[in-house]
Amino acid sequence: MPSSDTRNPLTRFTERMGRTVVAGVEEVGYCGVLVAQSLFWLVAGPRLKQPVRVDSVFVQMMEVGVRAVPIIALLGGAIGVMLAIQGVHTLRIFGAESRVVIGIALSVTREFAPLITGILVAGRSGSALAARLGIMTINQEVDALTVMGINPVRFLVVPALIALMVMVPALTFFSGLVGLFAAGLYVGADLGISMAAYVDQTIEILSTDDVMHGMGKSLIFAALIAVIGVANGASVTGGAEGVGRATTRAVVQAITAIVLTDMIFAFVVTR
Amino acid sequence: MDGREQKPEKVIEVRDLVAHYGERKILNGVSMDVYAGEIMVIIGGSGSGKSTLLRHVMALEHGTSGTVKILGRDPAALDAKEALDLRKKIGVAFQGGALFSSMTVGENIMLPLYEHTVLDRTTMEIMARLKLEVVGLAGFEDLMPAELSGGMVKRAAFARAIIMDPKILFCDEPSAGLDPVIAAALDDLLLRMREAMGMTIVVVTHELESAFSIADRITVLDQGRILLTGTTEELRETKIERIQNLLQRRTEEEIVDPEEYLERLMGERSGERARL
Repeated sequence: MPSSDTRNPLTRFTERMGRTVVAGVEEVGYCGVLVAQSLFWLVAGPRLKQPVRVDSVFVQMMEVGVRAVPIIALLGGAIGVMLAIQGVHTLRIFGAESRVVIGIALSVTREFAPLITGILVAGRSGSALAARLGIMTINQEVDALTVMGINPVRFLVVPALIALMVMVPALTFFSGLVGLFAAGLYVGADLGISMAAYVDQTIEILSTDDVMHGMGKSLIFAALIAVIGVANGASVTGGAEGVGRATTRAVVQAITAIVLTDMIFAFVVTR
Repeated sequence: MDGREQKPEKVIEVRDLVAHYGERKILNGVSMDVYAGEIMVIIGGSGSGKSTLLRHVMALEHGTSGTVKILGRDPAALDAKEALDLRKKIGVAFQGGALFSSMTVGENIMLPLYEHTVLDRTTMEIMARLKLEVVGLAGFEDLMPAELSGGMVKRAAFARAIIMDPKILFCDEPSAGLDPVIAAALDDLLLRMREAMGMTIVVVTHELESAFSIADRITVLDQGRILLTGTTEELRETKIERIQNLLQRRTEEEIVDPEEYLERLMGERSGERARL
């Protein structure tokens, strides 16, 4: 290796770029391994007499899903009303306000419900997962599990992963319902369409495909939130500050991944 | 000394272990034997590699080269099931206790039973209470770890470590951060547990007093190498200067090359290269 002082800025920049890329690839690889290990324990666990505990899955589902219901309802409703306001405002230009229902039904179901739910769960549960695992790593609790012969992936990661993969689609469905309902209230008040007519129209517009589009996405989001949270939490070094950094990184990375995946998913599936 | 002649079986066998942390060499050819039923204390200053050595003999990490054998088996070469069988035979009391904060003390102690046995809940509770009795924490099973004092957390950690009746018990800094009375009580506890259960105990510590009061043999680790392994008498009589300095709590004069010293003050390359 050449002595460091002779390197010019370009070399140093390239080197730093390279290191970042390698670190990134390593992290993605680690996430892949996590998913593979999780699947392994889910399938092979019972045969090795080390099943994934159902009760800890339920604890996680409670935390990730049920406790998020109020805030999801609030956000879902707000998004619905917001879309209705903007939709009516935009369509008024063409004098086509009554067509707003199409826009609301499709965009809430296909886009906004999964996206908002994903972002909210990333902020709520992705960060919590990273913080919990980070602190457990620092306190040697993860080591303690390992020396007790309890695989940390089976014990800590799989319950969170399953809980997220069940609850995020469920929350997505719920937030979609609330959003559509709230939008219906607004549209009804603004345009004088009755709720029954609104519901009829919405059901007519929405196909199973649209619902599955949203659900499919939310399933991917759930896996992303879990894996990114765990990967960041497990790599914590450097005490309390490290936990803070890992938590922040987990949320930022998860939201970024969700939005990018959303775009790619929409591109691949819609075209 | 006298028991050593018949050479009891080796439960831990470390040969030429080399370990790196990143690029930094932490252990530099360490060899150590621990015999069944003895209390082996590993002492050394901060950064001597004693915690790293412990992590290797607990099979939490595998070295760059050299071999580690625990109960005659190399943990690096075991499949999942064999590794699990080996894990069930060792117990570890971590420095900070490493109790799970979301579970009560009792649940913490029962966890290995819950995961590895098919006992019913009542039996597990009785066993947990039994172990709590051993460590002097009877009646505390329903408290959360956060409600315990430092010494109690360590006791609870001992109870969890011995719940499966391990053949080997590892203790990382059992008396660190505790007042002398409680530290001495923990030392007594270790001796009593060895008496009662006949297990082999490996302790890592930097508390000399505690080391001398519990050890059958002591290993002195310094800068990734073993300076000496011997009984407490052998240790006291050794001529090795670094050990005597350690025992007398003398700080060592560091011999420095003036040029290197200057470079270090200037924050120049040598340090950076060493880190790389």
